[in-house]
Amino acid sequence: MFRYAANRLGMTLITLLLVAVTVFILIRIIPGDAAQLMLGESANAQQLEILRQRWGLDQPWPLQFLYWIGGVLTGDLGVSTRTGQAVLPLILDRFAVSSVIVLVAVALAALIAIPAGIVAAWKQNSATDLTVVSLATLLLSIPSFWLGLLLLVGFGLKLKWVPVLGYVGFSDDFFKAVSFVILPVATLALIEAGVLIRMARASAIEVLRLEYVTHARAKGLSERQVLLRHVFPNAFAPTLTLIGLMLGNLLGGIAVLETVFTLPGLGRLLVESIYARDYPVVQGCLLLTAGVFVLVNLIVDLLYPIFDPRVSAV
Amino acid sequence: MTMTEKPLLDIKALRIRVGAVDILKGVDLTLRPGRLAALVGESGSGKTMLARAILKLLPPGVRITGGDITLAGEAIVPASDRKMRTLRGPVAGMVFQEPMVSLNPAMTIGAQLAEALRRHTGLSRDEIRARAIEMLRRVRIADPEGCLTSYPHQFSGGMRQRIMLASVMLLRPKLLIADEPTTALDTLSQREVLDIMVELARDAGTAVLLITHNLGLVARYTSEMTVLRNGVLVEAGATADLIAGAKDPYTRELVAAARRVESLAEPGDMQAGELISADDVAVRYRGRSDTAVSGVSLAIRRGETVALVGGSGSGKTSLGRALIGLAPLERGSVSFQGERLSAETNHIGRTMRLACQMVFQDPYSSLDPRRRIGAIIAEPLRHAEDLSRDQKRERLDEVMRDVGLAGFDLRYPHELSGGQRQRVAIARAIVRHPAFVVADEPVSALDMTIQAQVLALIASLQKRYGFACLFISHDLSAVRQIAHRIVVMDNGKVVEEGPTRRILDAPEHAYTRSLIEAAPGIDPKVGSAPSRQLERSVQ
Repeated sequence: MFRYAANRLGMTLITLLLVAVTVFILIRIIPGDAAQLMLGESANAQQLEILRQRWGLDQPWPLQFLYWIGGVLTGDLGVSTRTGQAVLPLILDRFAVSSVIVLVAVALAALIAIPAGIVAAWKQNSATDLTVVSLATLLLSIPSFWLGLLLLVGFGLKLKWVPVLGYVGFSDDFFKAVSFVILPVATLALIEAGVLIRMARASAIEVLRLEYVTHARAKGLSERQVLLRHVFPNAFAPTLTLIGLMLGNLLGGIAVLETVFTLPGLGRLLVESIYARDYPVVQGCLLLTAGVFVLVNLIVDLLYPIFDPRVSAV
Repeated sequence: MTMTEKPLLDIKALRIRVGAVDILKGVDLTLRPGRLAALVGESGSGKTMLARAILKLLPPGVRITGGDITLAGEAIVPASDRKMRTLRGPVAGMVFQEPMVSLNPAMTIGAQLAEALRRHTGLSRDEIRARAIEMLRRVRIADPEGCLTSYPHQFSGGMRQRIMLASVMLLRPKLLIADEPTTALDTLSQREVLDIMVELARDAGTAVLLITHNLGLVARYTSEMTVLRNGVLVEAGATADLIAGAKDPYTRELVAAARRVESLAEPGDMQAGELISADDVAVRYRGRSDTAVSGVSLAIRRGETVALVGGSGSGKTSLGRALIGLAPLERGSVSFQGERLSAETNHIGRTMRLACQMVFQDPYSSLDPRRRIGAIIAEPLRHAEDLSRDQKRERLDEVMRDVGLAGFDLRYPHELSGGQRQRVAIARAIVRHPAFVVADEPVSALDMTIQAQVLALIASLQKRYGFACLFISHDLSAVRQIAHRIVVMDNGKVVEEGPTRRILDAPEHAYTRSLIEAAPGIDPKVGSAPSRQLERSVQ
């Protein structure tokens, strides 16, 4: 178990280094000059040169990379070329907004979807199953922005239960903050639940066919015990992998939803920074995203043996 | 024992239906307390559904449409789910076929053993633990305390079946339903599991319904038997009587298939030249510290059939694969008609690759489900540059006729039975007229009567095409039928080899003797001894 964990951790560090290099090169390959974009068309060569010098953009790439990576290792991700803010607090702030929404939404989705999927599998081909499956298919076919807009129109404009525009931090006014994130959370939870239901149902159907489930029934266990103790843990393992990938993906920012609900999240920050060729912010965002992705999957890998003890034996 | 004694299990005119098809068409079966009975039938006979109906554990879509089942005085057919849950476990327990999926992989053995006791008894945690340990000891698990905290994947198939038995017998049920409990096991584990089963049943006064297609086991372990075919009862009676002289031709066919002692093999040509030879071959798989095969030398002559015999994990499959370049050699070399396969290169030449073919054990996973039978069989001919299109077509037709599948070329594997699929696999192996065929347990996944047919087919094809064959098997009756020579393997090494007759009739090595003793052949005199013993103890 310890070797398994250490092994995974080592691979994680290598992955992160590769990400750092890729991120650094990618953003520089995109055409466009940060200084030019900052100062506008009217800037003269001298002004541009001063700005480039201040940002270190006149240095060769390898040197720029070393400066940057050195900073990263000491916790300094540089300053935004657009606003002059320190990058680390900026992206952490934005990440907090996105991550709360994503974590709550995925947790909700899992709580709804896994029992729903297992029950649907248990009642395979019944009316219940058909309803659950159709609903899941509908949910995962709806584009997130459209579902978001529908909810905004319904609960925001028509019913006026929640505000339509803006955001308040959780530390400022908790309940007000909740009222702002409730719709994005609901939108995301519904959409992700669609995928998870299908996955949980498919895995549960596989498991229900196996002899140990019949063996459990032949012991005289109730259906509830059979589902809870024998079907759930075995059907959950593949779903857990999916949840890991899902979290990793979503924590990198949910730019579309953040735009629809005007939330100051990481996704929107990233998109805006790319437009402005704000190298330090883009690099910071991508590095954070990749780090989170790798970390989440590391946690999933470490959790996996709990549900499937065969894994750690390998 | 009197005939008026109330039966423990009484099934009357049971009908079971799937969709619009009757899979059980009015079957009767009675079983008195403490008796050992067999329910015999081949795939599709409805025996498993009958067994599951006793506990109302039928898969979705399968319904009882008529008849009665009385189990320990309870009418099962009208019983509620709640009622059934009180019967499942303490009154009747069930052991399943597949040891690899019959225990929950995500739960410790201890938790799985405790579950039923918690559900049906008022025992404390400590008492449950003590009973589980005691029961594991009785099924001869070496370290019962350690076993409780282990997971199923840490045990071999035979051990899992024993743990399964422990789990069911903990409740001392009145009836034990064992559905092909040892079909997936090698002969030695099979013997061990069934011996333990009979012993436990005798001590607890449990009646056993052994469901199997293997009449050798029926003869050895049971005192009465019921034969099913296509959902219809063929014959029922005392095991010894039916084996000595069944009235029904189907029962007689089953008995004959289990007897099959006559040799099908043509006398081997002892003068024939050596075709393939292994010199000090060792095989080790990546990431494993132990070797699967450790230093085996072996030679096979042209046209000769050599049986490679041993229990699971003896290394016989690894050796078979290594001979034809399908497993990496760690040491040693293989020579085939001037070609050499060695540990240094581990490269198999094209001539050798084409002249050596393999038939695999599982006919379900060894055929591509998305290709038609004709395409599957003809595929090896792609490399036959010397044949024209028409000649290839001719060859395909010829081989399909040989294996009795003429006209099947446009079908898909899923449309075929297990025996037919194995014929396809054999046809694919011989279509290029290879010099050497490795057949890895080619009949052990098949029903007894089908096994006999496939063995006869292999023997006749060999006569016709003259290929040499390495026949890997743990089934000594199949080996007796088809092999000229036997090589016995244990623990990666050859322990004994010699002509078939000599090895089977006068084995020298202790391991060979234990293999032969464990083989379930029919010999009614010896066969029903344990069951007679059982009945005495019940009286």
